[in-house]
Amino acid sequence: MFKLLPDAAGATVTVVISGRGVAVPEGCTAAAAMLMHGAGITRTTPVSGEGRTPYCMMGVCFECLMEIDGEPNQQGCLVIVREGMRIAPQLGKPGAKL
Amino acid sequence: MQADLAIVGAGPAGLSAAVSAAAAGLGVVVLDEQPVPGGQIYRNIETLAATRPAHLQWLGPDYAAGVALLRRFRECGATYLPMTQVWQVGHDGRVYYRRNIGHEGAVGIVHARKVLIATGAMERPLPVPGWTLPGVMSCGAAQTLLKASGLAPEGRFVLAGCGPLLLLLAAQLIRAGRPPAALLETSYDLWGALPHLPGMLGLPAYLMKGLGLLREIRSAGVPFHRGVTRLVIKGPGRAREIEFDAGGRTFTEAVDLVFLHQGVVPNGNLALSTDIRHRWDELQKCFQPELDAWGRSSSDMVHVAGDAGGIVGAVGAAAMGEVAGLAAAADLGRIDAAALEQRSAAARRLLGRHRAARPFLDRLYRPQQQWVAPTDPDTVICRCEEIRAGDVRRLVAAQNCPGPNQMKSFMRCGMGPCQGRLCGLTAVELIAETRGQTPAEIGYYRIRAPIKPVTLGDMAALDVPSRHDAVNP
Repeated sequence: MFKLLPDAAGATVTVVISGRGVAVPEGCTAAAAMLMHGAGITRTTPVSGEGRTPYCMMGVCFECLMEIDGEPNQQGCLVIVREGMRIAPQLGKPGAKL
Repeated sequence: MQADLAIVGAGPAGLSAAVSAAAAGLGVVVLDEQPVPGGQIYRNIETLAATRPAHLQWLGPDYAAGVALLRRFRECGATYLPMTQVWQVGHDGRVYYRRNIGHEGAVGIVHARKVLIATGAMERPLPVPGWTLPGVMSCGAAQTLLKASGLAPEGRFVLAGCGPLLLLLAAQLIRAGRPPAALLETSYDLWGALPHLPGMLGLPAYLMKGLGLLREIRSAGVPFHRGVTRLVIKGPGRAREIEFDAGGRTFTEAVDLVFLHQGVVPNGNLALSTDIRHRWDELQKCFQPELDAWGRSSSDMVHVAGDAGGIVGAVGAAAMGEVAGLAAAADLGRIDAAALEQRSAAARRLLGRHRAARPFLDRLYRPQQQWVAPTDPDTVICRCEEIRAGDVRRLVAAQNCPGPNQMKSFMRCGMGPCQGRLCGLTAVELIAETRGQTPAEIGYYRIRAPIKPVTLGDMAALDVPSRHDAVNP
């Protein structure tokens, strides 16, 4: 959904999104990494199961709740990536295995 | 950790307050959620200025102005805690926080003699049918991705809503070589704003900037629809189409992404949670803390500066931060009243000019009623609990529900993870409209700590004497 501007390329780190290793800009957030390489949906809601993407990217809306290194309920827009970080969408209720 | 002044938020207000308070001799601690200082407005400015000079050029001089402020902050001697979430501020001056968000965190307390809340602004939601679909984000989110990581939207996208940021983002994306497919403006009232024009004339550069952005958008050939009266985003599964009415006609655009914006309001949950007195501002259509000219609230402990106290813009926020930092130093006896007057004089003049300019902008882009109280009953207003506008209207009418707190207990609206941040103002407007009252009469959600997610383990790890210990030592 988002793409690096051609003149913005710099150092990268490798993160694992839903089991797939991808390169993302150093210093970017887990939510930004998902917007670059994810399937466009970063969580499904516990109420109706609708898909959502991050909305505000500044820590306010909690739409970017995701699973980071196995830990559910992380605000992806506030977490800076690091080498080998495992990032996955949060499906339904936190911790529920779907 | 001890501090004379704990500042929550490292945007223009918090940073300036840190600089002026530290210069006046206070021991200052700044706590901020983000990994680097600058807030949302100067997001990532230090790294970007060093590594992406071309981007600094097209993001514009008002963004680049952050470089100087950041330099002064780095040299001011304040203790800076990044990636730190504050979940509670007590009237005893305790500031409860969790460091290192997302990683092995550590909890702690700053014991402060004064607390300055400088949590800035957030975008006012624009609840329209389909705004919860994947691919719909806020304009601020798109701008944050540009600044923080040089990421731009892919495919075909539309910007919709109102406010200066809508135009600024459009211009920035045009300069970045990614023009939007269309710009849809929902609220704009030049005739209503004109009586406030004299106040705006104190900041001629801002007026010229606004006109320049409009010229840039037009000359780039981006279709600009003013006076949009209806907006629907359609799926299925993700945003695929946006349908809107303008000038008596219905238009449809195929889209991959939609960016919404409806001006900004105080990012207020921390201030609200301290129970300082708030009031409704009809021009800015939001609740704001009641403050004196120095940022003092109804509590001796709590001061507020910047957009968190009512929208003043980045430069106004920095000026107010400077004033509030000095006032805190005066209240704590580090400088006398004459020094406070004298040292803050320039900042107060600057703040005065920015405050005087606000009514023109606030009125020009004040959201019309239909955009703050959705008429379509199926429009989701609480994104967390998926409560719809019609649910709220029906409940209020059927149960004679008097306000947002009762409504919340009935239907969980505002009880999800965002703690009402995204639905609060919409809920208030819907209830006010249904009851035929004003938002001032309706009031707001009662916001309680913890205002950020915190685990029981985090709380248990805190070194605080329990109430039980105090009673039976």
